[in-house]
Amino acid sequence: MEPLSAPPPIRRLDPQDPIPAREVVLGVPTNGNGAAGAPAAGGFTAAKRSIAAPQFSIRRMEVDKVSIHYGAKEAVKGVSLPIRQGEVLALIGPSGCGKTTLLRSLNRLTELTAAARLTGSIRLDDVDIRLIEPTLLRRRVTMVFQQPNPFPMSVFDNIAYVLREQGSRRTKKKVLAPQVHSALQRAGLFEEVKDNLDHPALKLSGGQQQRLCIARALAAEPEVLLLDEPCSALDPQSTAVIEDLIVKLRDDVAVVIVTHNLQQAYRIADHVAFMYLGDLVEYNSATRLFNAPAQERTREYVSGAFG
Amino acid sequence: MAPSVATPPPERPQAAPPQGKAPTKAVEGSSTWSMLDRIGLAFCWALGLLFCAIAVAIVVYLFLQGVKFLKLDQLTTPAATGFSETETGGFSDALIGTIIVAVMGISLALPVGIAIAVWLVEYGRPAPLARVTELTIEAIAGIPSIVLALFGTVIFSSTALGFLSRSNEGVVFGRSFFAAAAMLSLVALPLVVASTRQGLESIPRHVREASYAVGKTKAATIRRILLPTARPQVATGMILGLGRIIGDTAIILVLLGATQNFAPVEGAVFPFDYLRGAGTTLTNFVYEASPTGNLNQPQKAYAAAFVLLLMVLGLNAAADLVHRRARKAGTWSH
Repeated sequence: MEPLSAPPPIRRLDPQDPIPAREVVLGVPTNGNGAAGAPAAGGFTAAKRSIAAPQFSIRRMEVDKVSIHYGAKEAVKGVSLPIRQGEVLALIGPSGCGKTTLLRSLNRLTELTAAARLTGSIRLDDVDIRLIEPTLLRRRVTMVFQQPNPFPMSVFDNIAYVLREQGSRRTKKKVLAPQVHSALQRAGLFEEVKDNLDHPALKLSGGQQQRLCIARALAAEPEVLLLDEPCSALDPQSTAVIEDLIVKLRDDVAVVIVTHNLQQAYRIADHVAFMYLGDLVEYNSATRLFNAPAQERTREYVSGAFG
Repeated sequence: MAPSVATPPPERPQAAPPQGKAPTKAVEGSSTWSMLDRIGLAFCWALGLLFCAIAVAIVVYLFLQGVKFLKLDQLTTPAATGFSETETGGFSDALIGTIIVAVMGISLALPVGIAIAVWLVEYGRPAPLARVTELTIEAIAGIPSIVLALFGTVIFSSTALGFLSRSNEGVVFGRSFFAAAAMLSLVALPLVVASTRQGLESIPRHVREASYAVGKTKAATIRRILLPTARPQVATGMILGLGRIIGDTAIILVLLGATQNFAPVEGAVFPFDYLRGAGTTLTNFVYEASPTGNLNQPQKAYAAAFVLLLMVLGLNAAADLVHRRARKAGTWSH
């Protein structure tokens, strides 16, 4: 692992925080493959867990009894779970189970769909996100989408757009360059594009475009990074690069990833939340959820009985 | 259970191998189609070729006539009264008039059209108001320009708008470049709106959300992401609108006064003296110089029509270029 240059400062690390700053992660220490003594629940002995146990974990967001309705349809039903910095949280479940809706509600993107209604509360550092102005919230909780979607401008301008004031173009390139380079470095893209920063971003390869989108999301110096199936449009090699990147990022930002790919969740997540038809069926450490699930439904899903 | 001994599949009737040279590739031919489909296909081919032939005939004919009758000094001399073709001058006032109404008309239609399209696509609430706006734009697109022109005379003859045209002892003439350009902008407006809307609607939703998801406001997203992305379509709408403005005759006839020369208003400051006065355009000149018109000089009509045709073809080529360049820049998957 190469040293990351200029990592963003971890903000608001308050020792007086009522929540213990160091939460013991339940689960089995990871040592390369699945936990020892795992019952034959899933076929996950083949998938390698190549990540080390988290160094620390700080509770950043708290999802508290959240229900989301689209008109009469209840997409998310009373879900509660913590989101911690230092860890990767994966949301898994079959299509239409509400995982993407839940993810999008974390930075109030669901509000853009007029029909969506949210009850319960989501707190970011103990402040209800409904009390945070949306544009400020979305700089603290940024998001990467399923389809790579760089803006139709140069690689440099994609990042600079995030750094500049709203619609302004006034800030000089020279002033922004260090921040742009730092964001690209954190997303592991700088070495590949440093000579072509003026090239159109849509000419990059799919995997590079997605890393540019991650760099763009990191440029806002967020506290939480949301990823909505970031690898589903990519080839296996690009996926591997992005998975490595996600694991590297977990110390600097709290990472939440929605994925359809169970192996991926197993490879990179520390905690996994399994959702089914809007319910949170099980929230557990990845090794437990995949190897010794507490719920029958979870066992069926991770063993491929449905989905 | 299937029997353990596999029975060979029944022999399928094979098409008789063609005599002579062996084909190198199997292709679908229309020989297997029903008679109705084959007649339909033949009809499509015939009509397509017919319309190509008509278009080519018009362009070639006008080109030949134009080359024969167009003299460069016609582009620089205004029309004059006289008894023979050599004395009546050229059509420089008409050419400049065309350029003036095109620039004025499109500079009204473009901002208004873009604003309407952005509102319809990005806001569009309350929904009934959006629907009414849509219907209004469609209605404007459907109104014949002569009706727009008639309506324009009512508006621009009002005393309050006297400053936009010539007025004499309280009577407002109501015909000027301002009046004509204002109504011509309505002719171009639906094209600008439709094209811009198409451009905005073709941007996937997740691209907008990517901008919101880094804390950008709707206004910033529209200005920095959506409108720049839709630029090729906006340009197409503008070029199509320009083509319609340049080609319109009815509004020019009714609202520009359709004089043979500029008729500036005395005592007004340049350029308002010209813009408040009456004038003419190439379409009007072609009409007047045709055998139906007062001038009846078909040779000059051909020359002016040729210039008009060149302008329109130039605009079409520009639209094509803009689109081809946009396609090269790459896009997102939906």
